[in-house]
Amino acid sequence: MTLAMLGEAWRAMGANRLRTFLTMLGMVIGVGAVVLMMSIGQGAQHAIKQSISAMGSNLFILLSGSTSSGGARSGSGGGYTLKVEDAEAIAGLSGVQAVAPIHSGSAQVVYGPNNWSTAIIGTTPSYLDARSWTVIAGNAFTDSDVRSATRVALIGQTSADNLFGDENPLGKTLRIRQSPFVIVGILASKGQGMDGRDQDDTLIIPLTTAQRQVFGSQFPGSVRMVMVQTTTQEVMPAVEKSMTGLLRQRHRIREGFDNDFYLRNLTAVADSAAESTRIMSMLLGAIASVSLLVGGIGIMNIMLVSVTERTREIGIRMAIGARERDILLQFLFEAIIISVIGCLIGLGLGVVAALLVESLTGTIVIISAGTGAVAFGVAAFVGIFFGFYPARKAARLDPIEALRYQ
Amino acid sequence: MVDAVIRIEHLYKSYATSAGEFPVLKDVNLTIASGDFVAIMGPSGSGKSTFMNILGCLDKPSGGTYRLDGRNVGELARDELAKLRNRTIGFVFQGFNLLPRMSLQDNVALPLIYCGIERETRRERARELLARVGLERYVDAMPNKISGGQQQRVAIARALVNHPSLILADEPTGNLDSHTGEEIMALFESLNREGITIVLVTHEADIAQHAQRQVHFLDGRIVRDHPTLQVGACV
Repeated sequence: MTLAMLGEAWRAMGANRLRTFLTMLGMVIGVGAVVLMMSIGQGAQHAIKQSISAMGSNLFILLSGSTSSGGARSGSGGGYTLKVEDAEAIAGLSGVQAVAPIHSGSAQVVYGPNNWSTAIIGTTPSYLDARSWTVIAGNAFTDSDVRSATRVALIGQTSADNLFGDENPLGKTLRIRQSPFVIVGILASKGQGMDGRDQDDTLIIPLTTAQRQVFGSQFPGSVRMVMVQTTTQEVMPAVEKSMTGLLRQRHRIREGFDNDFYLRNLTAVADSAAESTRIMSMLLGAIASVSLLVGGIGIMNIMLVSVTERTREIGIRMAIGARERDILLQFLFEAIIISVIGCLIGLGLGVVAALLVESLTGTIVIISAGTGAVAFGVAAFVGIFFGFYPARKAARLDPIEALRYQ
Repeated sequence: MVDAVIRIEHLYKSYATSAGEFPVLKDVNLTIASGDFVAIMGPSGSGKSTFMNILGCLDKPSGGTYRLDGRNVGELARDELAKLRNRTIGFVFQGFNLLPRMSLQDNVALPLIYCGIERETRRERARELLARVGLERYVDAMPNKISGGQQQRVAIARALVNHPSLILADEPTGNLDSHTGEEIMALFESLNREGITIVLVTHEADIAQHAQRQVHFLDGRIVRDHPTLQVGACV
């Protein structure tokens, strides 16, 4: 019975193909827009998540406080108030996973005929843990390398390409500001950071080597920056508190005086970036949904016209025994078929458009089954919702009036 | 009188208009036995169309009782009325009322959809009925490709498809020339001989001659009810 009504609905749609197609178009555009917008939005979210995980998770950055000399303030990190011992003390706090003091700068690096200016990061092995950075060839340097300030280096992909070309850098010796360094490991590629900088354009060397032999330091034993990783995101506020307390105590800062260091929660920054893209993609989806709504109203409009136009047909069907329910189902199915087929076409076009956007602009686009399911569900709902009123109107017609209708 | 198909007692029908209740049928009493062939006659406005609508369960009486096959129609719900129209009554209209975008076969099979019969059975039965009215060659034709007389035959086939016990025909020859009209009436006569009760509305006396009984309406009342006189018989 239901199947037969489905067949009747299908027949009626086939009888007026152009109108059916135009009605469908509203759905097609609506669903297509939703799929495209949600795919782009999810792509953006994915990109953000990737940069966050590339940066490392649950991270704090400690910066030395500023100093002023002769009225010129140095800016954060200029004061060398943080000591390597501070870092060691922080490592003992509960909830702290890894602590890496960092002394960095940039320098000209030479290998054979090639030279390249790159970021030099002087740090301890726990830096790699904190940033979840892996060594894909060779080995990371060790704490004993840091203690004895050996001249070893880990090389990032970009620096390796620029200095060594096709050569394997492992075991080769390059020069940083004249000092020879042996490449002991090659770092995995990390891509662009949150600020758009190429994170692979770098060399990582032991902290002590950087301080004593590459950059020198007016304040031996001091660092400008310490990276702290906590075990979980939940303990971050507690660690922030205990870390601040510990440093104030160690630096003998009295009640009411400002900290002589800066503490930044990198994860919070990243989270807010992720949150804003999420809201953005929801907004895009909402705007696209408006076109779905418009499509639904289009269906209702055409169905109402159709009911009026086919009043006589409805009368005949009633006279030969159609119940209210039969007429209702016939028209409802018509609306649902239009919206479901429109939705399927829209899904297809949306996916094609999303792939096109990806290949033309290079934006990451993620087409998920969830997006399709949501679009499909909404389309089916729109079909039922906007098809119901015209269908009910048809079913409630008085058979005598309907038969008399010209 | 046990096998009366239609038994109408003290039937009233009035419509609400802006000028108050407007009575159309006033105290109509009529019994039609199974196998009868009745012509309902009367001028326009005499109430015969309203009467046919009530007979066809498309409309409900305002007062009195109408029993169809022993069931009191006035007490039935809308779905029950639809079921009666589907299974007990076959309609034939003046304007044929075929669905224009459907083949003859599908037109004839249409009532069977509403009682849940399988598609193949529907088509088979439709082909049988089309053969019965002499249109087996036009099974897949569209209604606008055949003549008016043929369309009315298709409509009769559709009315018959669900084995009704009663055929209601409203001016079935009104849109046809007299020769084709005679053919259609011959078809009705042969159906009647098979035992189907037929009630037809007409205002043409020679069409009414085909019926066994003539009922005349005037101003919402039955004014004359008599068997058809044989042509040539003494008045």
